[in-house]
Amino acid sequence: MNRMLRELGLTAMIAAVVIVPMFGLHLDSENGFLEISTNWFQALTFLAAALALRATVLLSHKFPRPKIKHQAFRVFVDNPEWSVWAGRVMIVIAIALPFLPFVDRRLLDVATLILTYVAMGWGLSIMVGMVGLLDLGYAAFYAIGAYAFSLLAVDYGWSFWAALPVVIAVCCLGALIVGGPILRLRGDYFAIVTLGFAEIVRLTLINWQSLTHGPDGVTGIPRPSVFGMATFNMGEEGLPQFSDWLGIGHDPMQRLIFMYLLLLGFALLVMLLIGWLRRSTFGLAFEAIREDEIAAQAMGINRPVMKLFAYVMAAIIAGIAGAFFAARQGFVSPESFNPMESFIILSIVVLGGMGSRLGVVIAAMVLIGLPELFREFAQYRMLAFGLALVLIMIWRPQGLLAHRRPTQTLTVDKD
Amino acid sequence: MALLNVENLSMVFGGLVAVDGVSFRAEEGKITSVIGPNGAGKTTLFNCITGFYRPTSGKIICRTHGRDFDLTGMAGHHIVRQAGIARTFQNIRLFPAMTVYENMLVAEHGRISALATLNPKRYAHEVAKSRALARSWLERMDLFPYANSRADALPYGIQRRVEIARALCTSPTLLCLDEPAAGLNHTESEGLAKLLLRITKEFNVSILLIEHDMQVVMNISDHIVVLDYGRRIAEGTASEVSMNPDVIKAYLGEDAHAA
Amino acid sequence: MEYLLQQLINGVTLGAIYGLIALGYTMVYGVLGMINFAHGEIYMIGAFLSLMGFALLGALGLPVAVVILLVLLAAMIITGAWGWSLERLAYRPLRGSPRLVPLISAIGMSIFLQNLVQLLQGARVKTMPPMINGGVEVMQRASDGFTVTISYTQILLWVVTVVLVSIFAYLIQNTSLGRAQRAVSQDAVMAEYLGINSNRTISITFIIAAMLAAVAGCMVMLYYGVVDFYIGFLAGMKAFTAAVLGGIGSLPGALLGGLLIGLIESLWSAYFSIEYKDVVAFIVLFLVLLIKPSGFFGRPSVEKV
Repeated sequence: MNRMLRELGLTAMIAAVVIVPMFGLHLDSENGFLEISTNWFQALTFLAAALALRATVLLSHKFPRPKIKHQAFRVFVDNPEWSVWAGRVMIVIAIALPFLPFVDRRLLDVATLILTYVAMGWGLSIMVGMVGLLDLGYAAFYAIGAYAFSLLAVDYGWSFWAALPVVIAVCCLGALIVGGPILRLRGDYFAIVTLGFAEIVRLTLINWQSLTHGPDGVTGIPRPSVFGMATFNMGEEGLPQFSDWLGIGHDPMQRLIFMYLLLLGFALLVMLLIGWLRRSTFGLAFEAIREDEIAAQAMGINRPVMKLFAYVMAAIIAGIAGAFFAARQGFVSPESFNPMESFIILSIVVLGGMGSRLGVVIAAMVLIGLPELFREFAQYRMLAFGLALVLIMIWRPQGLLAHRRPTQTLTVDKD
Repeated sequence: MALLNVENLSMVFGGLVAVDGVSFRAEEGKITSVIGPNGAGKTTLFNCITGFYRPTSGKIICRTHGRDFDLTGMAGHHIVRQAGIARTFQNIRLFPAMTVYENMLVAEHGRISALATLNPKRYAHEVAKSRALARSWLERMDLFPYANSRADALPYGIQRRVEIARALCTSPTLLCLDEPAAGLNHTESEGLAKLLLRITKEFNVSILLIEHDMQVVMNISDHIVVLDYGRRIAEGTASEVSMNPDVIKAYLGEDAHAA
Repeated sequence: MEYLLQQLINGVTLGAIYGLIALGYTMVYGVLGMINFAHGEIYMIGAFLSLMGFALLGALGLPVAVVILLVLLAAMIITGAWGWSLERLAYRPLRGSPRLVPLISAIGMSIFLQNLVQLLQGARVKTMPPMINGGVEVMQRASDGFTVTISYTQILLWVVTVVLVSIFAYLIQNTSLGRAQRAVSQDAVMAEYLGINSNRTISITFIIAAMLAAVAGCMVMLYYGVVDFYIGFLAGMKAFTAAVLGGIGSLPGALLGGLLIGLIESLWSAYFSIEYKDVVAFIVLFLVLLIKPSGFFGRPSVEKV
């Protein structure tokens, strides 16, 4: 008991030094004059909260509680039957979603955005989950894809479907050029350098005005046509309007639904690709590299080529997602691709469990959907992401890094 | 020409000469052992042969399936796939979160060319073949019951065997084992010695062995190379080597003769 | 010539700030072998605390020297406490985990701190009027009267940097702390057996790193007088580049790297393009890691087989 009080006293002292100035004082520089105001109530509240937290932790050390909740969680997440069924139900819901009566423009728009992030989360999980390389600059390829399409469409009049192969080629080439040298780096250096790469891309987008339209971004990006058969763009020559083409009444929802279904199709393709990769010999090679690079090489795995392969595939997925993003928004600017964007995608992968396809979907719904639907959360969003990353690393890193289901099992047949 | 020919091999790190002009041969169908006190350069020699280090000078030629490969400067994965040299590590390096069976199947990746994955029929055929191979090695090495357990959950002795089985899944002509008996008890290392003999005689895989357990080395080696301070100080059969005064000196120290 | 000299003076000043932050990266890396990604945020917090100090004490009418000294001390102590808490809460529970686990935690902490300060202090840029005016005129260009000046703030910044770095360097080299740090970095478990409290050693390292970052933050307030919640990211990246350039783990390397990055940045902005000045640091980082990852004074790392 005495020891606990001493610990609490120490915590109180340090917490006071940490919390009181930053939480109790508020700076404001109103038209050049620095003003400082106090908010002692806020400081004391947080101080009390910190102490209460510390006391709870100290008490919980004294009375270890049974880990029932944790077990229940694991049963849900790790049970193959469960997650397969949950996945199937989700796919059915996702396909039916745009046609449900209560779905309005806003919800559909958010759902489309979520799908973009789900696809990117799966793409990044090739790098982070399978190969075990922390890519902090994933938004770079998202940006390259978005800009490649936007510039081709706006400045050169290409259609979405004609530009898509170019987007893929540009991302592939970019990943080969950048990935070749940097994939040789050690894990933590690789992470920082990818972050630097994303910053270089973003700063170039801002400053290379003659190519990229500069900090104001690209506007007037056309919507994708219905595979070259009909269009949603008003006044576009050559193609019939979608509603006329089908002979139905005009409804702006049609365009949103089409966009949603496009993204859904893309996400499902990525899902199949990830599933195939995991079960294929490439999946084994990726995982072997993650588990032990040296031993992987000793088993005949070409480390540099396999890493590059994963990097290129992840880049292409991000690039296509970027093109869809640009087409959906009709507008892109360099600020859509700041480092936070990479961190958001990383959070989705980490929170979703680095190998789990279903986990990424749930994480994307929580991390993207909630703040979009409840605007009042939006300003706390990044705060919560940051905290969540730390807490997950403390509580369940094994669940994310190593808690995996075998992709191959040997069936024992008695003969 | 022998299966493995090491000629005048040297490896220098900064100013430290870890391997100093070593030459020896490993014959096909034989067990060749490399012994020597700690720090004699045995593992460095292994790392040069298996492509993890690029030697400072000297040659390593490997004759596999009638073709000669110069291993110096060959990429590590090519050494496994083309020259057919597989290895294990002093401190076991399994893929810990993967099952034993998956550990075996990693070799599959090396065997199936990237192009083959584009042809579904051939791919399925290749996969089936390598799965059968993994299965047969599991059976031959008595590892079948452990196939679906996580590699890091197994006892130490089993992990050693898994690592050897995994290396065999690459269908090597030469298997390089870095202290496979380390940490095994007496019964286990006797079992290991029998297993190694079986691998050479029955499964036709030659072995290059680094080992400290003299009982294992003396009982099964056809040929022994002794290193000390990076140099080869003796070479020969078990009885020749154990009589050699230089070897005795290296192991027991300068005073051994006087005593 | 005169213009170049002025750029060199500015570059050295900028370099001193990067050097101070880079020391924190290098010290933590030396002991724990991890990149403390949130260190840039600690520097940002140091700058905010200094600004609060100046705002509070500036009104009291104390002599400028006293104000600066008090603010510097207070900022160092409070930021030190932030550094300690950061390590205690986000890194200590992860001891012995695979390399990427503390790195992800550090990224989480970096995002968290950035957004915490944004919520508490607002997103708007905070400015402060200069505390010290004037400077020494070094020379004048005959043709157009361009004067090369060293401002008093710059001189103060150099002096403070040299004095504080010397004090901490003395502490690290000549007390048991330095030995403990080296022991913990070699083998934390063995160090424990030999009676070294490795947790305390690591904590002290984080506190010193945070204090040096606070000095950088305080100096930046005096020199530029501008701060917002986002300054930690770029400064952190550049200082990390400096630490790598100097050879991560090496204290003199961090200072030298900082100076070089400062010089490169100021010369690049002066002669080539100010728009791409932030890109340069990243390109230097690429090149160093690809060509000589051990930097100037670092030990080359060999892949262990």
